[in-house]
Parts: sequence; structure tokens; C-alpha cells
Amino acid sequence: MSLLEVRNLTTAFQTGRGEITAVEDVSFDLNEGEILGIVGESGSGKSVTALTIMGLLPRPPARVATGSVHFAGENLTNLSDSRMQHIRGPGIAMVFQEPMTSLNPVFTIGDQIMETIAAHERLPQRALFARAVEMLEKVGIASAATRMADYPHQLSGGQRQRVMLAIALVCRPKLLIADEPTTALDVTIQAQILDLLLDLRDEFGMAIMLITHNMGVIAETADRVIVMYAGRIVEEAPVATLFDSPRHPYTRGLLECVPSLITERDRLIAIPGTLPEPIRRPPGCRFAPRCRFAQPDCAAGIPPLLRLAPGHTAACIHIPEQ
Amino acid sequence: MIGIAVRRLGSALPIMLIVSLLTFGMIHLIPGDPAIAIAGLSATPEQIANIRHDLGLDQPILGQLWRWYANLAIGDLGRSLLLGQPVVQVMLQRLPVTLALSAYALMLTLLVGLVSGIAAALRQNTWVDQAAMVFAMLGISLPNFYLGLLMIILFAVDLRWLPTGGYIAFTTDPLGWLATSTMPAISQALLLAGLLARITRSTMLEVLRQDYIRTARAKGLPNRRVVLKHALANALIPITTVVGIIVSLLISGSVVTETLFSIPGVGQVLTQAVLNRDYPMVQGGLLITTALLVLVNILVDVCYALLDPRVRYDGA
Repeated sequence: MSLLEVRNLTTAFQTGRGEITAVEDVSFDLNEGEILGIVGESGSGKSVTALTIMGLLPRPPARVATGSVHFAGENLTNLSDSRMQHIRGPGIAMVFQEPMTSLNPVFTIGDQIMETIAAHERLPQRALFARAVEMLEKVGIASAATRMADYPHQLSGGQRQRVMLAIALVCRPKLLIADEPTTALDVTIQAQILDLLLDLRDEFGMAIMLITHNMGVIAETADRVIVMYAGRIVEEAPVATLFDSPRHPYTRGLLECVPSLITERDRLIAIPGTLPEPIRRPPGCRFAPRCRFAQPDCAAGIPPLLRLAPGHTAACIHIPEQ
Repeated sequence: MIGIAVRRLGSALPIMLIVSLLTFGMIHLIPGDPAIAIAGLSATPEQIANIRHDLGLDQPILGQLWRWYANLAIGDLGRSLLLGQPVVQVMLQRLPVTLALSAYALMLTLLVGLVSGIAAALRQNTWVDQAAMVFAMLGISLPNFYLGLLMIILFAVDLRWLPTGGYIAFTTDPLGWLATSTMPAISQALLLAGLLARITRSTMLEVLRQDYIRTARAKGLPNRRVVLKHALANALIPITTVVGIIVSLLISGSVVTETLFSIPGVGQVLTQAVLNRDYPMVQGGLLITTALLVLVNILVDVCYALLDPRVRYDGA
């Protein structure tokens, strides 16, 4: 049994123009200690998948229309609020894209780390403080004990993301969901945070679900990759396979978009067109209107995920011919 | 913190200087001779001359200005023409009445406004939200003197639960104070509670959408703690601005309420002073009331610093 088992998950939102599905029929597993990368453009359903697992979407307008999320054997989709609160933190923790706004500006970082521990464990104040300082040191905040009294506005973006990591990891979660954790940071800081993430994974042994639109980040960190497009999984493969032999035209397009120094090009390659809005999704394969291999029969029906090799699936009916 | 308070007090000095100058000038802004205006149409020339001499209006203007500030420096604001008492003494008697009533009304405003605003935000688009906002709309739309009259008719005239007006000091009889102050306080508080409820609702909704609220939930904090600690601590910053304005409105609104309920506070004495052309009383009363409002604003600034570390550190 895997640590996290997502089965046929569909998350729908009630909008003024009817119900739309942000995530559709998504299934995947995540094993203990594994790093699963989820890639896709903005609006592909990556973050909604993560927030559905965490139970952090406002209901209404959001609802889990079908499917289940099993974490350590427990179905999270029909859990009570109070039980879910116990999962968040020691079970599943999450760091977000925006370190500048993800910390509460009016409380000290020490307070924000300590209250996380206090929400899950009964410890005296001194033990809370010691644990928080220890965690701050682990995420690489120098002179941690004195920084405990700092407010978020006194820290840089990179330091704030380190504090976010400290908050997320202080209860030793089994699964860390990192939603674009480095996107808002400078390139040099990005590398530091990714290295830190890998070090912490080795130390704590937690599984990581790493959401990003950056193929470079995936290549450096993930064990296995899921590619999402317009709410659905279009390809899943071990990281080496995905980079060596991507099968879905969208994955190939994404990889071609990454600039390379080896091949000389005048212009950067881009996938033509944009992600369709949820209410304007084309019939059949949602990528077909932007796909250079598209045939008339692509519009016939949503292509199922085909198993191409052990651990490698792709949702395209024309893969055999490519 | 103390630094901010001291700096704000410092910046209040020029404000008070301008206000005192305007108050001094007020008596000269009346068209014609102020002494004639005070004495009335049927006054004899001797009476007018007496008044002019009493008020120092027969002195050159710079001499009057000098005397105004020299007296201010020793806390002398002159004598009320109507009451015959020193203005400062009258204000010292009346201020506690107005302040007690304003404090009572403020308590009611905060209680009703904050609770209904927070409840409406947490239960957005439900009947709780609708009910709170209809109540707020009603409070804002209903003129407070009209509400006061309605309450007098219902609770004092028909049901005879409360007196129609008058005032009993808290120190004399706490229950009597409650009986005489409740209707005036409600008539003042309802409008302001409606205002506060609407601001609190929109501020809370805004804050609840912030990323750090999502972080707080992601940490596994119970909902109560997310709302009452993380959301409220941030929402209170803009709410403080509104509470500062509410306190100012309460003090200036006392003019109507105290007249309606025959409460011997600053508002009532100033109304009488204006109607009877008691210029020294009007001048002194305005000066002291303005000083009070400036003080309220300084308190609001200190509250910002208490609530928001970013303000605290900018100030340090």
C-alpha cells in the first residue's frame, strides 16, 4: 500500500456560469520517501489537486465530485474537520509559492512555528521554543534563537521560505506538498532551497509532492513525474524516462520549450495557443487544438491513459504512430 | 512605542496652535460688532460697552491675542456669560458626563459591530450574513434623533421602563446611571454599530482570503484559532481607523443626543452656549473638545503601533 493513493479524483467548482471541473479523473500513487513531480502550465489543475488532498479548498464553491484520496489508509475526502486538522501538520504539510505573503505579518516567526507544534503536541513552553529553534537551524537560519523574535517583514524572501519549510516540517510530516516553492525566489536562492528540500527529505524520510512548471526543477529533484494538462493527467513516467523519451505531444512540447545551449536556435520554441478555459474545453483530447500531430479522430473522445512501459503511461491515441 | 506617542504628541502641538488661533478669531468673524450680537437688540449702549470691556474687545487685536494665549497658558478660558462660572470649571463638570455616555455607546458599538461583522463574514451569503447586513443598513439609515424619539415613546412613555430623560451620575447611583444612559447610548451606538459591522465584514472577508490564513489552516490549527488569532489580529488594523472615527463621531454626536435626552453634558452646554451667544463658553468648549479629538487620534496611532509590527519598526 502506498502512502498516498489518489483514485479518479474530480474536483468541481460552482461558478456563475455553471459547474466546472478543475481536476478530472486524476489517479496516482506516492510512496514513502519518494519525490513526485507534478508539472503543467498555470491552470492545469496542479494546485487544486494539492489543495484537494489537504482539504483546503473552500466548500462551497469547491467539492470533490468523484474519487478518493487515501492517506496512510484513511480516506481524506469524507473526513471530519477536526480529524483533518490532525492530519495537517504531522501527516501532510504544505509550503506555498508566495513566501512574501504566506507568513502572518503581525506575529513573530517563533510564534508561528511554536503554535504549529502546540496544535499537535502537548509540550511546555520551553520545549516548544527549543524545538522551534532546532528546526530553524535545520532549515539554515543563522543565529536561530535570536531570529525567533523577528517578524516576517524583517526577513528576505529566501529566509521566509526557509521559515515556511520549518513550519511545515516541525511536526515531522510523512508527506510534504511543495507548491511552486521556488518560483518566487531568485535563481541562486532557488537552488539553495531545492538542495535544502533534498537534504531534509534524506534526514526526515518524508515523501514530497513537488508542484512546479519548471522542468529544470523536476529534472534535479523528482523520482517520478506527472504531467497535467487542462485538469487531466496526460503522461506519467520515471524522471529519466520522461526526459529521454517523452511520449505525449504536450510533454514533448514542454521539454522543447526549455532553452538549450547545445543546439543553436535563433528563437525560443513555444507551444502555440493557450490552455483552454474550463468552460471552453474542446471535445475529445484537450490538447488537440494546439497539437502538431492532431488528427480528426482526436476530437472523438477523451483519450485514456495507455500503459507504454512499466510506470510509463500517456494519454494520446496516436502515440504508436509517432 | 513611547517614541511614537511622543512624536505624535509633538505633531499635535501645531494642530492645537492653529485650532486655538481659529477659536480666538471666531469672535471676530461675526459680522458687525460681537458685543452687540451678544447683548441683543434691546441692549443699552452702556451694556454693550460693558460686554465689550469684559471680553477685552476694546483692546487692540494683538493685545487681545496676547491675553488669549497668556490666559490659555494658565488654563484660564474666561467666564461663561450665561452660567457665570469659569469655562474650565463648567467643562470639568460636563466632560465626565459626555465621556461616560460616549464610553457606554462605544462599548455597545464595538460589541454589536464587531460580533455581527465577524459572524457575517464567517457565514458569508447565509441568513446570518443577510440578517446582520439588513440590521446594519437599518442602523445606518435611521437618523439617531429619530431612533431616540421612537425609543422614548416606546420605553419611556408607553412601557414606562426607563425615564424620558435626565441624568444620574454613575458615582451617585450606578443603576440610575444605567437607566438614564441606556437609551441615549443605544440611539448613538446603532448607527455606528451598523457602520462598524459593514467595515468589519468586508475587512474580515479580505483578510480571510490572504495566503497566511491558508498557511494557518495548512498547519492544522483549529478554525477558531485561525479566525480569532490570525484573521482578527490583521483585521483589527483597518478596523482601528474606523473606531477612531467612531469615537470622534460619538463625541461630536453628543450635541444632538444630550439635547434630546436632557443630559447635562458638553454637547448640551455647547448647544445652549451657541443659542445664547455665550462666546467665551463656545470658544473654550470647542478648544477642549478639539484637544480631546486630537488625543483620540494620537491613541489610534499608538494602537496601530501596538497591532502592527511593521508600523512599530518603521517608527523606531
